[in-house]
Amino acid sequence: MRNHRDIGGGAGGGGGAGAGGGGFPSTRRSAVLGARSEDAAERERSLETLSAAYWKPVLRYVRARWGKSHEDAQDLTQGFFLRALEKDFFAGYDPAKGRFRTFLRTCLDAYLANAHDAASARKRGGGIAHVPLIAPGGGDDPDARGGGIPEDALASSESQERWFEVEWIRGLLELAVERLRAECEEKGRATAFRAFERYDLEDAGEGRLSYETLAAELGVPVTTVTNHLALARRELRRIVLETLREITASEEEFRLEARLVLGRDPD
Amino acid sequence: MSGARRENRGGRGDGPPGAGEPADRRLPDRAVAHLRAVADLPDLTGTGYALAGEIARGGMGTVYRARDLELDREVALKVVGPPDASGDLSSRLRLEARLLARLEHPNLVPVHDAGTLPDGRVFYVMKLVRGMRLDAWRREGPGRTATLRLFQKICEAVAFAHAQGVVHRDLKPENVMVGAFGEALVMDWGVAKVLGSAGAAAGAAARAGAAVVGGSDDAPIAGALPRPGGAAAGAAPSPSPGRTSERASPPSPERTGPTTAPIPGTEPGAVIGTRGYMAPEQARGETERVDGRADIYALGAILHFLLHGRPPGAAPGDASPSPSAPGVPRALDAIRDCAMADDPGARYPTALELSADVDRFLDGLPVAAHRENLLERTGRLLSRHRALVALVLAYLLMRVALIFLRGE
Repeated sequence: MRNHRDIGGGAGGGGGAGAGGGGFPSTRRSAVLGARSEDAAERERSLETLSAAYWKPVLRYVRARWGKSHEDAQDLTQGFFLRALEKDFFAGYDPAKGRFRTFLRTCLDAYLANAHDAASARKRGGGIAHVPLIAPGGGDDPDARGGGIPEDALASSESQERWFEVEWIRGLLELAVERLRAECEEKGRATAFRAFERYDLEDAGEGRLSYETLAAELGVPVTTVTNHLALARRELRRIVLETLREITASEEEFRLEARLVLGRDPD
Repeated sequence: MSGARRENRGGRGDGPPGAGEPADRRLPDRAVAHLRAVADLPDLTGTGYALAGEIARGGMGTVYRARDLELDREVALKVVGPPDASGDLSSRLRLEARLLARLEHPNLVPVHDAGTLPDGRVFYVMKLVRGMRLDAWRREGPGRTATLRLFQKICEAVAFAHAQGVVHRDLKPENVMVGAFGEALVMDWGVAKVLGSAGAAAGAAARAGAAVVGGSDDAPIAGALPRPGGAAAGAAPSPSPGRTSERASPPSPERTGPTTAPIPGTEPGAVIGTRGYMAPEQARGETERVDGRADIYALGAILHFLLHGRPPGAAPGDASPSPSAPGVPRALDAIRDCAMADDPGARYPTALELSADVDRFLDGLPVAAHRENLLERTGRLLSRHRALVALVLAYLLMRVALIFLRGE
């Protein structure tokens, strides 16, 4: 045993990982549970958190699944979260029945279907014939399919779920990267973020950018580059886990989602 | 919230509109995949190790190949994998490291180092085993004698752990490595159970995250543990033919009513183990009843796998996983059946007794688990004294030939 470390979790290491033996904070409140609070202010705060985490995936889902223009998708996304606040959508979530993410998408589909029916009825002046839901990927703006999504990518309920999951992960990481950027700027770690941005975001494992090249570019030693990368990744992991802690309802759901987001896809 | 949303309606970015929100920064797929991977990598800054790749990923943690920069050698580094708010997994990993550090045996992987990474995750460093898993080794078709000799090494490692008061609880081919020199190494002690009062101390220490170096609980776990059968802690006794009468005897008092220290997350009622290799009492979640004999059951299941090339029947507690296959001696299947008896009291009382019965089979002696009939006994004796039988037959043949020639 090397004496600069100990096997205990209490005093050892620590870094920026916060409390908890697993290297992440356990004190963050669950916004999913907060959304069911008796306290209206708590509910609003929680919904604020949830909408920040889910805004991008919801927006992209609306565009891709319902073929909406960017402007319309913005309106619908905003309308969805406003309605969720007004009608306490999320208060009906039962953690025992599945992941919150799935529940939210179900709520979203119902909301969008209603919105679409209402719009169709208005167009027809009261409406007589049944108007089917917009076909996946179809709609009033064929160019707004979320960036070349194949026609069959959203054909089934399973594929919609999978697609939403992928976008949810992307949105979560985007949010984490933005928070990391803000934290680095605040703490005077702009070079560390720049190293991370160049190596992990722009090159992203392509292998075109070496540590040496990046070190020369940033005017720092190679060891500083690797230290910057380690720090940025560690902080990114912390932020992701903190966010997940907020947007999940139980320890089990948190673990499942964390396993999904970090590392490989589950088998 | 609503105010902010309304004010920014129609913003150009697709992020949640709000003060200071950046324009669209949609991460490309490759960046998403890369971030998911690197964010999970252990941060080895300042540890003296450099990451070299991933070896395996399990329920408790991930094992990486790493380089010890000080000693310039490759090692295996195990890190808590999934997030662990309660600290249970970290406690388990700490306890696993502590157990392995104390279980010094040629068939157990030595631990070199342990600690906490800068990212807060618990890790330990062990010898990098170069070899293959037992299931892969079996597929290469080793001979029966080599297979049984290897099985005996597994038994000896397990017997040693039992002598230290440690029950593995998840023995299976996937948790045994066969090294480059034919050595068997029993791995993955993450759900092990420590029997005895020292075990309780060890479990509490692990939960509290107390330091190993200089800690008040630094006494070896084995120090105050009951030693079933009075076996020496430092060396597992060699198999002792002739003690077969003890095979079906009731377990020793230490084994029937141990105080236990379940590793965090393995409290009473929790089902720990792998289907097919779990003893019935283990599969029923009777954690308090699980002792070394549960490992004996798993060893029997491993023997079945080695003999038949497939896991035992899917139903836990199936004492007769399959009928004897052609070519597998009934004595070996009987050994397996005895090890896998539903009743823990009917199993071999120790892994060494199990190993000893296998040894008797290899020596051509009757095994304790099987009462052979006259035909089997004759066959065994003929097989055992093959050279002598061949000589006698040759002699008789020659005599017959001489008589025949004289008669002519």
